[in-house]
Amino acid sequence: MSRSGAGQRRNLLSIADLGPDVASGIEEVMALTDSFVEVSERQIPKVPALRGRTVVSLFFEDSTRTRLSFETAAKRLSADTMNFSVGTSSVKKGESLRDTVETIEAMGVDAIVVRHASSGVPRQVARWADAAVINAGDGWHAHPTQALLDCYTIRQHAGGVAGKRIAIVGDVKHSRVARSDVAAFTALGAEVTLVAPPTLLPPSLDGWPVKVSHDLDSVLATTDVCYLLRMQRERMTEALIPSLREYTALFGLTPRRAELLPEHALVMHPGPMNRGVEIAPEVADGPRAVIVDQVRNGVAVRMAVLFLLLGSGTEFGGDGNG
Amino acid sequence: MVDADTSDDETRKAHVAQALLIRGGRVIDRTGERAADVVVAADGTVVAVGPDLDPAELGLEGALELDASGCVVAPGLVDIHTHLREPGREEAETVETGSRAAALGGYTAVLAMPNTEPAIDSAAVVRQVLDAGEAAGLVDVHVSGSITVGREGHALSPMGEMAALGVRVFTDDGSGVQDDRLMRRALEYASGLPGPVTLAQHCEVEALSEGGHMHEGEWSSRLGIPGIPPEAEELMVFRDIALARLTGARVHFQHLSTAGAVELVRQAKAKGLPVTSEATPHHFTLTHAEVASYDPVFKVNPPLRTADDVAAVKAGLADGTIDAIATDHAPHTQEVKEAPFDHAPCGMLGLETALALAITELVEPGVLTLPEVLATMSWRPAEIAGMADTQGRPVAPGEPANLVVFDPAEEWTVDPAALASRSRNTPYAGRTVRGRVRHTVRAGQPTVIDGKAQR
Repeated sequence: MSRSGAGQRRNLLSIADLGPDVASGIEEVMALTDSFVEVSERQIPKVPALRGRTVVSLFFEDSTRTRLSFETAAKRLSADTMNFSVGTSSVKKGESLRDTVETIEAMGVDAIVVRHASSGVPRQVARWADAAVINAGDGWHAHPTQALLDCYTIRQHAGGVAGKRIAIVGDVKHSRVARSDVAAFTALGAEVTLVAPPTLLPPSLDGWPVKVSHDLDSVLATTDVCYLLRMQRERMTEALIPSLREYTALFGLTPRRAELLPEHALVMHPGPMNRGVEIAPEVADGPRAVIVDQVRNGVAVRMAVLFLLLGSGTEFGGDGNG
Repeated sequence: MVDADTSDDETRKAHVAQALLIRGGRVIDRTGERAADVVVAADGTVVAVGPDLDPAELGLEGALELDASGCVVAPGLVDIHTHLREPGREEAETVETGSRAAALGGYTAVLAMPNTEPAIDSAAVVRQVLDAGEAAGLVDVHVSGSITVGREGHALSPMGEMAALGVRVFTDDGSGVQDDRLMRRALEYASGLPGPVTLAQHCEVEALSEGGHMHEGEWSSRLGIPGIPPEAEELMVFRDIALARLTGARVHFQHLSTAGAVELVRQAKAKGLPVTSEATPHHFTLTHAEVASYDPVFKVNPPLRTADDVAAVKAGLADGTIDAIATDHAPHTQEVKEAPFDHAPCGMLGLETALALAITELVEPGVLTLPEVLATMSWRPAEIAGMADTQGRPVAPGEPANLVVFDPAEEWTVDPAALASRSRNTPYAGRTVRGRVRHTVRAGQPTVIDGKAQR
C-alpha cells in the first residue's frame, strides 16, 4: 500500500498499491485474513486491534453491501465508525469534493473509505487528506478490496490462484471489479481470459496480460473459475448490445453452459446478480457457486486491510495505477 | 532597463507616450535576422533599426531605454485562440486579466473566442469585448464571432453585422458545427461578406465524443475513464475539407491534435485547398499518460493524445501543414477544476507559457528554428485572423511597433501562483522551461518591462 511523503499515511487505491511486489502484498493480506476469519467465527467476533481509531465511510454512490462490509470490519476491530453518505450530506447542497474531505479531516479520522461513481476520486481524496484512504470502488477504475476477497475465495476453494485459468465474463469495459481482478489474479500467476462482445471490452488492452474471447462456449471446458460480471440494463440503450435476451443467449451462464465447466470449477459473481441475465438462478444456487462465500470473506479481508493500514507498523512500498 | 531620467517618475513610463530605444538585441522578423537597436517614436511607429542608434540624433530626446542584450527582438506574438471568459465567467478570467497574461507572455494581440455567456453572436457583445480590450490597453483584443446563434448549431448568427465591426474570424469554438448543411451554408454566406473572413472549426463529431473525458486508448482503458476517439476530430476535419472544396471558402482548423487530422490537412494543402490550421503547446508537449494522476488540470478538449500524435503535430509544424501555434488559453477556477475528473471542465492556461514551451519543445530539439517558431506565433496567425495590417509586421521604419523582447536562453520554473491570469489551471506547474519574455511593446508603449506588467 502506498505511502506519500515521509509520513505514516498509507492508502489502498488500487491493487498496484500493494507493490512493488504485488503478489507478496496480496499474500500478506491473505495470511492476515485467515486470522480474521477465525475471529469472525468466535462467539463474540471482536478484537481490540483498532480501539480509538476512527474510520469514516464516504460513499458518494449507493452501495449497501460494500458499506456494511467495511463498517462491520471496522467494528469487529473495535474502531469507531462514521458514515457520510451523499443523501444526508452537504454534498447535495453544492459543497465541493475538496471541502467535504477537509471537513471530514477536521474531525480527526484515521481512515476514509471512499466510493464514488467517478474514476479517480479516491486518488484525489488522498491528495487532500492526511488519513489513510481506501478505495471502495471508483467509477470503472478499481475496487481493490473486491479483488482481494475474490483472491481469498479462490484460495479457500481451490488452494490458490497461481496457475488457475480464470474467465472473466461480461461487461469488462465498465467494470472496476474486472480491472482490479485482472491486476490481482495475474499478479498471483493466474491465466485470465476476458470473455465479452467487443463492445463490452475496453477500447485498448495494451499492457493487459490477458487473453480475449468472444465465444463463452469455447472457453468453459478449460476454465477453473468462471467469474461473471453484472450486466446493466442501460448498456442496451447505448447500443452496446442488441438486447439482454441476446446477451443471455450468447454470454449468460445457463445451466447448459455450466455443464461445460470442469467438475471442480468455481462460479463467482461480485453481486448484485441479475438472475436470469448473466447467470441462471439454478447456477447461482448450484454446487459450483461460491458467491455467498465471497460476501462472507469480504468482512475478514476488509478487517485485514484496515489492520494493515491503521494497526500495524508494517511498511508497504510502491505506488501506481491498476 | 529604465534610464536615470525616467526611473524617478514611475508612472510616466507606461501612461505617457514616450519614445523608446530597444538596445542591444537580435532582431528576427519575416525578412530575416540581424543584430540591431530599434528606435520607436512616441506615436508608436518604428523610426529606425540598426546598429548603435542614438535617439537624440533622430530628434527623440529622453527616450526610454529597454535593455535587449542577449535577447531576441521580434514582432509581438499573436494568439488566435484565447478564452478571455468575459462576459459571463469573470471569476475565471476577465478581458483585463487575460490581456495582462497575454502581454507577459509576449503577445501584442489576441483573438477572443466567442464561447462566453452570452455567446459573442451579435454586434452588441462584440462591442462590449472590444471596449473592454481597449480599456485594458495591454494587447490588441480582436474578437471572433460565433457561426451559429448562441453557438447552438441551429441558425446562422448575424455574421454581417459583426464583420462590419471588424470581426474577421467566426467559430463556434468549444464545439464544432455538427450540421453538415448548416456548415456549408455558413461557408457560402461568409464568402460573400465584404472583406475576407475565415471560418474556424473546433473539429469534434459529438456523436462519437459524447460522454468522453480523455483520449480513448491505452490510458483511458486502464484508468476507467470514458474516451474520445481521434476519429471524432478527424471526421470533421475530413468533412470541412470537403466543404472547403465545395464552397471555395477559407476554413481554419483549430487545435489539431491527432496524427490523422494533421495528415488530412497536409493532403488538402497539397491539393491547393484554402485551409489553414493551428496546434496548441499542450498538444506538442503533453500526452494522455498525464491523466494517470486523475488531476483535472490535464483535462482539455481536444484531449491530450498519444506520443505518436505529439510527434505528428511536431512534424506538421515542421513541414508547414500546421500554420500557427495557438494557446487555447482556457482559464477555470480552482473550485471547478477540483471536481471529479469526469465532472471537471476542459481547458488549461497557455498565454504565459506558450513561447517558452515552443522554445523548449520545438527549437531546442531541432524541430523548428527560432525564426520558424516566430512565424507560427506572430506573422502567420496574424494573416489567418486578418490582423496582418498591424501585427506580425517587419521590424522596420514606418511599421507599427508591436514587439516582443525575450531571452531565448533564460531558464525558469512555472509557478501557478506567479501567473497573471485570474486562474491557476496550468498543467506545467513545477516544469522548468527555457525562454522568457523581458519586454513587450504594444503600439509603441511598453506593456511589460523586465518581466513586469506596466498596468
